[in-house]
Amino acid sequence: VRVALYWPVVLPFLTGVVVLAASRRPGLRYGASLGGAVLHFGCVFAIAMETAASGIVAEQAGGWPAPFGITLVADRLSAAMAAIAGFVGLCVVVYSHADISERLQGAGYHAFLHILIGSICGAFLAGDLFNLYVWFEVMLMASFALLVLGQTRAQLDGGVKYVTINLVATLLFLSGIGLVYGMTGTLNLADLHLKAREAARPELMMAVSAFFLTAFGIKAAVFPFFFWLPASYHTPPAAVSAVFSGLLTKVGVYALIRLYTLVFPSDWIVAHPLLLVLAVLTMVTGVLGAAAQGEVRRILSFHIISQVGYMVMGLALFSPLALAGTVFYLLHHIVVKANLFLVGGIMRRAGGGFDLSALGGLYRHRPGIALLFFVPAFSLAGFPPLSGFWAKLVLVRASLDAGHYAVAAAAVAVGFLTLYSMTKIWGEAFWKPAPAGADGRDPAPDGAVSPWLLVPSAAMGCVTVVLGVAAGPFMDFSMQAAADLLSPEVYVRAVLGRVP
Amino acid sequence: MSTLLSLLVGVLVAASVYLMLSRHLVRFIFGLVLASNAVNLLIFAAGQVARQGADPPLVPPGAALPGGAVANALPQALVLTAIVIGFALLTFVFVLFYRTGEELGTVVPEEMRAAEPDPSGAPPAPGPGEEGP
Repeated sequence: VRVALYWPVVLPFLTGVVVLAASRRPGLRYGASLGGAVLHFGCVFAIAMETAASGIVAEQAGGWPAPFGITLVADRLSAAMAAIAGFVGLCVVVYSHADISERLQGAGYHAFLHILIGSICGAFLAGDLFNLYVWFEVMLMASFALLVLGQTRAQLDGGVKYVTINLVATLLFLSGIGLVYGMTGTLNLADLHLKAREAARPELMMAVSAFFLTAFGIKAAVFPFFFWLPASYHTPPAAVSAVFSGLLTKVGVYALIRLYTLVFPSDWIVAHPLLLVLAVLTMVTGVLGAAAQGEVRRILSFHIISQVGYMVMGLALFSPLALAGTVFYLLHHIVVKANLFLVGGIMRRAGGGFDLSALGGLYRHRPGIALLFFVPAFSLAGFPPLSGFWAKLVLVRASLDAGHYAVAAAAVAVGFLTLYSMTKIWGEAFWKPAPAGADGRDPAPDGAVSPWLLVPSAAMGCVTVVLGVAAGPFMDFSMQAAADLLSPEVYVRAVLGRVP
Repeated sequence: MSTLLSLLVGVLVAASVYLMLSRHLVRFIFGLVLASNAVNLLIFAAGQVARQGADPPLVPPGAALPGGAVANALPQALVLTAIVIGFALLTFVFVLFYRTGEELGTVVPEEMRAAEPDPSGAPPAPGPGEEGP
C-alpha cells in the first residue's frame, strides 16, 4: 500500500484534535490517543518499507513544482527516523496510561504528545529549509508544553533554561535561512544543493553555514551548547523524558546530517575538522558529567550528550562507513535511550525514587526489572552482542580507516566510561541491598508496577536485542542510507525531476 | 536603504545580546523581542525588498502574471510566518516566566536552583549589587 508522505504529519494533528475534544472522557480520550498512535506507526512503517525498497520518494504538496512549492521527501534515512519516531511515540502512549496522572492526561497531555511526534516526523520529511524551521518551531512549542505540564518548581526552573536557549537557537536558524535566501534565492534543499555550488561568494556561504551549525548544535546538545539539556531533561515525568531524550536531540543531529551532506559542499575544509573536534569534546564532556551524577535521570541525561558526540563524529569523518555508523547509531540510540528513561520510571515506582542512594535490592526482589534495565544499559555502553556494540565498532573502524587514531581512542575510552556509569546504576540500584528504612528493617522494593509500564519497555528491549543479534540487514540498510547521503544527485533528481 | 537596514539590524542585535546576558528574566524577554524583530528585518533586507525600480508584486485584473519588474514577495511571506510563530512563542515565554517568578520567588537565573540543587548545599553566591552575608 502506498502511503502519502503527509500522513505521518497530518495524522498526529488529527489525533490531537480528537483527543482534545474528548478530554473530559478518559476512556474515549485514551482510546483515541492509542488508536492514533497505532495508525501513525503503521503509516511511517509502510513509508520506511517503501523507501527501503525503492530508495527515495518525493512529493510536491498542492501540485506546485519543486523549487516553488512545499516538498516532502523520504529517503532511507528520513523514513527510518520517522518510523522509529512512530515506534517511540506508540510505546510512550502506552506507557503514559500508567505513568501520567489523570489530571495531566485531562489537561492536554496526549494532544501535545501527538503534535510533538507529528512535528518531529514533519522535520524528518521536510524538503525545504523554511518547512524545516516551521516544524522545529511546532516541535519546540509542543515540547515546552510537555516539559512544564505539571508546573512543579523543578519543571518551571528547567523549563526556563530549556526555553531560553532553544529560542536563541531558533533565531539563529531563522537568520541563517534569511541569509541563504538572500544569496541563492531558493530554500528548497535540492535546489540549494545546486545553487550553493554556483554561489558567487563561497566564503560567504561558508560563514552562513555557521548559523546552521550553531543552531542545530544547540538542538542536538553538541559541545559547548549542551548546558540546557542536563538542566531540564530530568524534571518532567519519565514518559516525557523518554520522548525528549530519544527524539528531540536526534532531530538536531538529523538536520546537521542533511545540511552537511546535501546543501553545503563537502569539499569545504572548515566544517568537518571542526565537527570532529566538537564531536570528541561532546563525547568526553558528556560522559564525565554523567560520572559525577548520583540521580538516575541526570546520569542518563548526560549520556545523551556523550552519545550525540558519536553521531556527529560519523558525520565529521564523512566516509561511507562512518555515515553508515551514524545512521545505525541513530536507530539504535533512539530506542535505547527512550527505553532507559522508561525503565528509570519503572525503577522509581518499584524502588521509591530516582536517587541511587535511595534505591537498592532491585535485582534480588525484581529480577524482571533488572533484565529490562540490563538490555538498554549495556547496549548503550557498547557491550557485545547488543546493538550499541555494532554502532561503536563501525564508528571506531571508520576513524581508524581515516587515520584519526586519537578520535578512535577517545571513542573507545568514552565507551568504557559509559560502562562505568551503567555499572554504577546497576551496582547501586540493583545489587546493593535496599537502604534501611527508619525502622531499621531491610525494606524490599515492592512498589506496584503496572503492565502498562512494563510492556512498552519490554518491546523496546526486544528491538534492541534484534538490532544487535541480527545486525546484518540493519547494517546493510545503513550502508545504503549512507551511500544515498554521499550521492546527493539521487535526492536532487527525485525532487527536481531532472539530472543536475 | 540596504545599508540602513543592515545597520539597524546590527544595533538591534547588539542591544538584545546585552539585555539577554544581563542575568534577569524580564530583561531577557525584552532582549528576545528585540532579537526576533532584528531577525525579521534581516530576512527583509536579505530578500532585497528595497531594490530600485521594482513595483509591488500585484497582478492586474484579468492577467495571469504581474507586468514588468516586481519586488520579491516571498521574504514578506517568510517574515509574516516568523512573526506569527514568534508571537506565539513570546506569549508562552511571558506566561512561563511569570509562573516561574511566582513559584520560585526570583527572576535571577543564578538563584534558580530548583532543578539542579547545589550538591554542597551552599546558598548561591550573591549577585553584583547585592550585599554579601
